[in-house]
Amino acid sequence: MAALRDIKRKVTAVQKTRQITKAMNMVAASKFKFSQARMVNFRPYAGKFMEVLMSLALRVEPDAHPLLAVREPKKLRVISMTSDRGLCGGFNTNLIKATERFMAEKAREGKEIVLIPIGRKGRDYFRKRAKITNEWVDVFGRFDMTLAVEIAEDVIPPFEKEEDDELYIIYNEFRNVAVQRPMIVRILPPPSLNQNAESAPDRGLDYIYEPSADALLEKFLPMYVHNMIYRALVETSAGENGARMAAMDNATKNCDDLINNLTLKYNKVRQAAITAELMDIVGGTEALAKG
Amino acid sequence: MSDEPVVILEIVTPEKMVFSGKVEQVTIQGSEGQFGVLKGHAPLLSAVEIGELNFTRDGKKNYYAVSTGYAEVASDKVTVLAEAAERSDMIDRERARRAKEAAETKLPKMSREDADYERVRAALMRAITRLGVSEKP
Repeated sequence: MAALRDIKRKVTAVQKTRQITKAMNMVAASKFKFSQARMVNFRPYAGKFMEVLMSLALRVEPDAHPLLAVREPKKLRVISMTSDRGLCGGFNTNLIKATERFMAEKAREGKEIVLIPIGRKGRDYFRKRAKITNEWVDVFGRFDMTLAVEIAEDVIPPFEKEEDDELYIIYNEFRNVAVQRPMIVRILPPPSLNQNAESAPDRGLDYIYEPSADALLEKFLPMYVHNMIYRALVETSAGENGARMAAMDNATKNCDDLINNLTLKYNKVRQAAITAELMDIVGGTEALAKG
Repeated sequence: MSDEPVVILEIVTPEKMVFSGKVEQVTIQGSEGQFGVLKGHAPLLSAVEIGELNFTRDGKKNYYAVSTGYAEVASDKVTVLAEAAERSDMIDRERARRAKEAAETKLPKMSREDADYERVRAALMRAITRLGVSEKP
């Protein structure tokens, strides 16, 4: 029975695939736990930091620092953050699409764009499609604040020297395990500081600044860029593993369905074969009895 | 505000909330020098340098080694945001000693103009601080 053996072989193959997807799901789950904890732990720091930066920005002149300068945006620098590895559903595809849409839109407005991909997937896609000045790949396995600082030290100087007019970051915001959404955030000039300058609640406190407010701002603004990049890194890392968990869970379920269907088919074919054989025997004995 | 002579202290790093609680007194290494905070301190925002931070809680002194960041004092609440902060008994002395030796051998060979000079100097400062703080209870 060739057909029977074929089906059996297929079932075994799907079972092996299922083992792999199941294992990948579990690996992603343990990595996810770690990256989620890191993301959650970073939030109080980021929140407090922004609070203080806002209150500080209220008390200085808008053009007190080169990193606050608002210029006619002609040249943009875009950091696009994907994961290093695939098998995580639409995680990278969505981000690459969002990046392309954003770049196309800005290009139509006649703006010059340079791209800094972070993560292998985005780098591989944009390698021949965009102007890339610098890149970081294979960084998500192990990273900390120093990576964010390193990236920031690459993107801050061109803005300071007025070579760039705006700096954006595009990354997948982590909503929950199943949902990650591409976010486009302008880092420089910092939008929230300028927009909310009037509406931000003044806490009515006259601070003593040590050293002066300007000197503090000088120190804080690069840290703000570090924090924005670090936040994107931790959210991407958590999102990637969450997306992979969901994708591998789906794949495992699909394998289960396949195995069920194939087993059903196997039993049907086997039953049909037995029936056919029985018919043969019955037919044979009847022919003998008649003869 | 309560009548207790305490301030709320929070030490936060990018990795975690290191400490959060009521303390009687805090001493911080600011960029313009060491300063202490008691209940009723005027609002203050100061840069924090690599150095020792200590506070008194229930009459007992606690010591931390902190890295650069800043401290905000407002309405009897002290928030210290630092890139790193470690309690004295959590410090890995062996690692700190190795970092100190590495920085000490590198530093004399460098000139002040080197791009890495500041980084190595900061590493040395951190290592010395961590070693010093780790000897305290």
